[in-house]
This record gives sequence, structure tokens and C-alpha cells, in this order.
Amino acid sequence: MGNNKSLTKNRLIWMYTQMVRIREFEERVKRTFVEHPGVIRGHTHLGDGAEATIVGSLATRGDNDLAMPSYRCHGYPIVLGTSPRKIMAEIYGRKDGLCGGFGGSMHLADPEHHFPGTSGIIGQAIAHATGAALTAQVKDTGQVIYCFFGDGSTKQGAFYESLNLAAVWKLPIVYILENNYYQAYTHISLEDANYQAGDPLSKKAQAFSIPGVTVDGTDPLKVFAAVGKAADRARNGKGPSLIEAKFYRFSAHGNAITVPPVPTQFPEHEAVEVYGKKKEFAAAKARDPIPRFRSLLVRKGTLRTADAQRIEAEVRAEMDDAVQFALASPLPRPEEAVKYVYA
Amino acid sequence: MAREMMYGEAIATAITEEMQRDSNVVLYGQNLAMTERDPMLRKFGRKRVRITPISETAEMGVAVGAAITGLRPIVELWMSEFMLVAFDQLINEAPRLRYMSGGQVKVPLVFKAGYGFAAGWAGQHSNCIYHTMMGIPGLKIALPSTAADAKGLMAAAIRDDNPVVYLHHYMLTLDKGPVPDGEYVIPFGLAEIKREGSDVTIVATGWMVKKSLAAAELLAQQGISAEVIDPRTLAPLDVKTIIQSVKKTGRLVLVDQATRHASAAAIIAAEIAEHGSKHLKAPLKMVTALDTSIPFSEPLESFVLPNEEKIVAAVKSVVARQAATV
Repeated sequence: MGNNKSLTKNRLIWMYTQMVRIREFEERVKRTFVEHPGVIRGHTHLGDGAEATIVGSLATRGDNDLAMPSYRCHGYPIVLGTSPRKIMAEIYGRKDGLCGGFGGSMHLADPEHHFPGTSGIIGQAIAHATGAALTAQVKDTGQVIYCFFGDGSTKQGAFYESLNLAAVWKLPIVYILENNYYQAYTHISLEDANYQAGDPLSKKAQAFSIPGVTVDGTDPLKVFAAVGKAADRARNGKGPSLIEAKFYRFSAHGNAITVPPVPTQFPEHEAVEVYGKKKEFAAAKARDPIPRFRSLLVRKGTLRTADAQRIEAEVRAEMDDAVQFALASPLPRPEEAVKYVYA
Repeated sequence: MAREMMYGEAIATAITEEMQRDSNVVLYGQNLAMTERDPMLRKFGRKRVRITPISETAEMGVAVGAAITGLRPIVELWMSEFMLVAFDQLINEAPRLRYMSGGQVKVPLVFKAGYGFAAGWAGQHSNCIYHTMMGIPGLKIALPSTAADAKGLMAAAIRDDNPVVYLHHYMLTLDKGPVPDGEYVIPFGLAEIKREGSDVTIVATGWMVKKSLAAAELLAQQGISAEVIDPRTLAPLDVKTIIQSVKKTGRLVLVDQATRHASAAAIIAAEIAEHGSKHLKAPLKMVTALDTSIPFSEPLESFVLPNEEKIVAAVKSVVARQAATV
């Protein structure tokens, strides 16, 4: 279990494939704003750039472990086995969407695939994931909960209250802090005390006397090692850990907030749009986790270039199909809106 | 069989019986089961009976996460205002997750808290805030007014597959009443006629039921027959039983300890205005707390809250109005 899962050749190729799947999916969501204006309503948040952290983390999970992220939530269910068709259809507000068009991009849920739900309110789902860990402990299921959230969430009360409680109760949970340097539109240097002091954000773990580790979140193998260790610890009844995975989010916080009838679209990343830091953005792009992992696997002989190209072509076809499926799916019937208020 | 017990004891009895019945029910909160001598702890163990830090957001948020993954948590929050610290979890998480997931998850949990503590607890510990919750689809709200209801509504709250705010009135804690033994579950959305009458309908919840029954007694001595209805749950709200009664009496007084503009009475009044006004022989009257914070000193506190005299006066005025117009 956990980190003892050896990274076989097949497993490494699986990891690469999942990273490409997340990227290609998010690219198509983003492209929808241009190619099919008006199809996506509201606010959509993309996880491109987070692939190594998502996949490196989830590669350590046992078969029944749960993943519970924030509203930037497309990538996780893709890895867990949810059909990208259903995710895309949900983002398009269609009947065949994962949640029947009731949730949208920010509120994906797929309990059958170990993805119990998400919250659109920053930091609040940390408490929910902690509750899922309580269930695992009370029912003695052996599960570990993988709780993902951004750097912005770590300034929420829910973060402090949940980590303290999880430490007190020794809950089986790994807190994965995705530090992408921007809390929504604001650079971390303007709002995080640890960062200002030159400390890693994982220092926050010291407040709860739990392990806190910072890793390069663009390297899936480093993430795998750190999260795997934390997951083993959690599974062995020793309680939570905080893993800070540093990476750069490649898209803006979310699509621009526009008022109908102006269709929504994705602006440039805040680094460029707000702060004019073109070099910072270009440097981050140069460290894109996906081509780097591909090169590593090719260099080590794990993956032949021809196989990588085949995988990429298959993934592109899969995600093109997801778009076509979602576009063809009907809108929900209006009167359905009164369903699901109460169980 | 029934047994006399206090309202507070009836709640504990329901929790104990439900925890015995279903191992998925867990109970936690601040200052709860602090020693190994605690009876709940001895019965159910530390796994299912837990102490929390003073962390309402975590307490309530953890309950949401535990509920969607298979437990049925009861969170002891002690005072309803403490839920305001975790307003997001109460209003924007617990009741929304099922809906947003397209019905894939359910959120069976109980947020238990006392309220309305009119005993010198001043501005932040004696309010009635259920009106805020009534506007939230997905939440259910139970407000028992007797020991029997306290047990039956708690059992129903625990068994319900939705988030339930269970509000027990602090001023009723020591009141005794007959409580049925064994399984006793009161379905939500079922008002009870606490006293039958023919001249006027009084609708009240919690402590105000007791006040209204006392007022009805005074009114009876003056020849006015008041029917007292307790909706028992505000969500779902049994408007039908109220309208049936109004059909019979033609007059309606709504009694509510909450402030006028944030009262359940205001919502019931709107329902009656739309669906029952044709039965009214006189405009309805609301007897609520004044729109103030709750003051500390006794005479100030009494001044702003409804009481028997105010209820009697309101009833007399709606009865008199009718007489004047005939």
C-alpha cells in the first residue's frame, strides 16, 4: 500500500498518461471559451500546471482512498476514473453531466469513483475532507483521505481548525497544499506571513506539531515520495501531515467575470495581466512538468518517443470525444430544478 | 408506556437510543464527555463520543464530510448563535452539497443547539435565529416544545437523510412531561394542536407554546376559546394544519420569540396572506420580540420579549376587531 507501491514501468507510463489527460482536458475547457462562446457559464478554474502534484499524489493511493479537493477540481476525478465526457458535460451544464448540470465546474462529485464532493468556498472543503477521515477512522475502513487545497485556503479558519482537530484525533488524512503562488489574483508575497518571512508554507504544520514538508510540485516522483510517506503515516494511525507542493498554475485563476450577454473568456495569467511579470510566467512555462517528465521517462528508457506520441494522440482523441459528447448532450429539463433539494 | 421526564433528559434519551440502534451515529462537541465517567462515553466509547476544540467551522464542516461518507453525526453546539461562527458550513455547505452533486450524496447530520435563553444571557446568547435557516432549501429545522416532542423530533432528526438543525429551548430544559418509552419518532412537517379551541388560532413554537397555553387558559376564563398549534418543525412547515384551524376560528395570532422581522411568524403570515386570508375575519396579529438585541437587565429583557399578557392582548384585539366589523 501507499508508498510501497513500486513505480513499475507501467505505473510510470500510467502517471505520464494521467498528466497528459488532465492537461488535454483543461486545454479543451479553455478552448471552449473561444471555439464555443457562451457554452460555459459562470466561473471555471483550471488545473493546468498542477498535473505532477495531482498525479504524484494520487499514484500513492490505495484502491478505496478518497480524494477531496477545492473547486479547482477537474483533474482529480479524471485520474480516479470518472469519464471525461461526464465532466465536460457537467462543465457545459448538460443533462449527461456528472451532476446532471446541478453543480458545474466548481462542484464536481462522483462518490462511485472515490470523489465524494467539492466546495466552491475557499478552504471549507478542508473540513469536509477531515470529516471523511473521521468516517474512515470510526468505521475502521483503512482509507486515507487526500485533501487538496490552494495556498489561499491556508489563511482560512477552516484550515487551522481542521488540521488541529485532525492532529488531536490522529485522523487518516494527508493535507496537500498546492502552492501556486497566487491566491486568486493576489501574489502570495502580499498575503502570507510565512512567505514574507522567507519560510516555506509547510511551516504552518508546526502550529499543529505534525510533519510539514515542502516539495517540488512539478516533479511527480518527488510528490509521490513525500505524499506516499505521509499516506503511510496516516494509514498507520499516526495522523495527518501537511505537504506543500510548489508549482505554477498556467492559467488565470478563472475565466474573466463578465456580465451576459458578453461571453466569458480566459484572460492572461495574473502574473502577466496584473503584475506585468512576463519573465516569471515564461520561466514557469519553461519548467512545465509534462514535457520534463516525458523527457525523463524517455531518457531512462521507460518510455519510447513513439509510445509517448501514441499516448498523446489517444488522449487527444479521448478529450476531443469528451467535447463532442458534451456539445451533443441536451440541456436539462427546466422542471428538474426542484429535484435533489432533500434526500 | 410513557414515563415522566424532563425535556433535557428526553433529548438525551433519544440520542442514546438512536446510538444504540445505529452504529453510524456519532456524537461530538465542545466540553462533552470530558471524563471517563461520562455515561455516553461509557456506553459508546471514544470512537463515537468525542470532545472537540472550540472550532465550530471544523465541528460542523467535519460533520458534513462525515455525513457524505457514511456517518450520521450529531454535533452538540450548545448555543444556536455559535453556529454563526460557521455560517458557511450551516448555510452554504451542508444544505447545498446534495443538490450540487445532482442527488449523488446525502448529508444526514444533526446540528443540535439550545436557543432563546431568556435568563440574563444578553445580546449574543439568547437569540432566536431559526428564521435565517428557514430560507435555506435543503435544511430542516425542529423546535420541540415538550419533553415528548423533544424525544420524538430528535429521533426523527437523527434518522433523517438531510441536515437538520435541532433547536431545543433552554427555558424548557427542566420542564417535565410524559415521554413514550422505546421507539418514538415524530415525522417532520406535522404540526400538533396543543389545545383545541374555536374562537382564535394561536401558532407558536418552543417556549412560546408554553406561554400561549398559559394565555389560552387566561382567555378561557374570559370566555375566549383559543386553539394553540405548534408546527414543531419550521422546515418543513405544516401550513395546512394552520389553515384548517383558521378556517374554523377565522382569527390568527402568531407568537414568536424571534425579532419581528426575522421571525418564523413573518413567514407563516406570508403563507396565510396568500393561502388563508379568505378565512380570516380580522387581520392576523404577530406577537414577537421587539426589533432589538436582547438586553441584559431583567426588566429590559422582559419588555422586548412576548409574554402571556401580550398574547392575551393580541387575541382580544383580533376578536374585538371581528366583533366591531360584524
